[in-house]
Amino acid sequence: MAEGHSPLAQFEIKRLVEMNVGGVDVSFTNSSLFMIIVIAAITLFLTLSMRGRAMVPGRMQSMAELSYEFIANMLKENVGSEGRKYFPFIFSVFMFVLFCNLIGMIPYSFTVTSHIIVTFGLAATVFVTVTLVGIFRHGFKFLSFFVPSDVPAVLLVLLVPIEIISYFVRPISLSVRLFANMLAGHTLLKVFGAFVIALSWWGGWVPLAFITALTGLEFLVAFLQAYVFAILSCLYLNDAIHLHH
Amino acid sequence: MPQLNFADFPPQLVWLAISFVILYIAMAKIAIPRISEVLEGRQDRIAKDLDEARRLSEESEQAKTEYEAALEEARSKAHTMVAGLKAELAKEQDASKAELEAKLADNAKAAEESIANAKETALANVKSIAGEAAKAAVSKLVSLDVSDADLNAAVEANLKGKA
Amino acid sequence: MEVEAAKMIGAGLATIALAGVGLGLGNIFGSYISGSLRNPAAAPKVFGNVLLAFALTEAVALFALVIAFLILFA
Repeated sequence: MAEGHSPLAQFEIKRLVEMNVGGVDVSFTNSSLFMIIVIAAITLFLTLSMRGRAMVPGRMQSMAELSYEFIANMLKENVGSEGRKYFPFIFSVFMFVLFCNLIGMIPYSFTVTSHIIVTFGLAATVFVTVTLVGIFRHGFKFLSFFVPSDVPAVLLVLLVPIEIISYFVRPISLSVRLFANMLAGHTLLKVFGAFVIALSWWGGWVPLAFITALTGLEFLVAFLQAYVFAILSCLYLNDAIHLHH
Repeated sequence: MPQLNFADFPPQLVWLAISFVILYIAMAKIAIPRISEVLEGRQDRIAKDLDEARRLSEESEQAKTEYEAALEEARSKAHTMVAGLKAELAKEQDASKAELEAKLADNAKAAEESIANAKETALANVKSIAGEAAKAAVSKLVSLDVSDADLNAAVEANLKGKA
Repeated sequence: MEVEAAKMIGAGLATIALAGVGLGLGNIFGSYISGSLRNPAAAPKVFGNVLLAFALTEAVALFALVIAFLILFA
């Protein structure tokens, strides 16, 4: 594949405005631009659609209400009534991931969540929040989370390190899952796009049909990964609040 | 891979933090209260409407029982009225029947009397006719006058003998 | 050029993980279908879990893909 036509070229970070604050590079990049677009889109979507405050919701308003109730139910089912306090956090995480994924599906746009550092940042935010919630709620008892109950002492020597490792791997698996899904989906679309060009007008129809189907799948994945990210955050939060295995 | 270019990490992390904080504040302060306000308003409205509907249905239930009670009362009133009328009619009928029977009995008695009278008269007439006839026959046969007293005695004796 | 060839081979080997993912995905949907045929009333309730399991299993395949990418491009 020729240079500049790599399927990974779409993930290139371009510095739009060079900035440097106290020795740290804080340049405004295309990634930053799309983050701003995403939060603007979310805020506009939720506020404009609810502007009418209609008793009988229209199409946009019922979409906004649906997303609200979707996360509210998820939190209620997985965490219980104590989770109500963390609703804005989980809701923001879900909407951010969902809109990053969906806006990334627009051709020539940039998928913020296809960068491991962004997804890792999000996952680390979730991880730190959840751990702090656990520590503030239970204090030292939070450490009992790493000790499985009803297990012989001999096995504990083996199980406690495994529990600790599995706990600290959570942000990594959470971030890599989202990143890998976005990376793979967009790369696959680009690879098949290259096939369409390579086979030109007499043979390109087959990969073109494939791309059409894949695009549908990618929309499903975009939604599903946001759902998975949110529901795993809920499960982690539940662990921190209830501490039981 | 552009994702592993470490020089790109700090700006992305910084902007992620900035945008996520803005998003969180926007959600927590603006969007979520607005949506939950609408949803709660709707819930309240639905609960209120349900209460109203329950109240109305109770009212209609009450009206129905009242109506049924009134209906029942009217029915029993009509029943007693009909029964009273029936009894009165029966009494009247009985009275007129008795009257009729008495009248009929009177009529029968009068008829019997008149029949007995007629019979008596007829019998008396027969006696006198028989006496006349016998007198005439005797005078014709023996040309002798028979006194009325004798004649009557003879007829009586004859009638007695026959009877 | 030998390192380049070894990278190609390694990236190819990384995709062996797809065998397990294929088994897993088949198992998820097979179990879902047989379960929902036994008790169709319960099928909508578990569909969310099916999607979650699908996403989690698919992520394993993508981990392998990321490894392959790392070998090829990093």
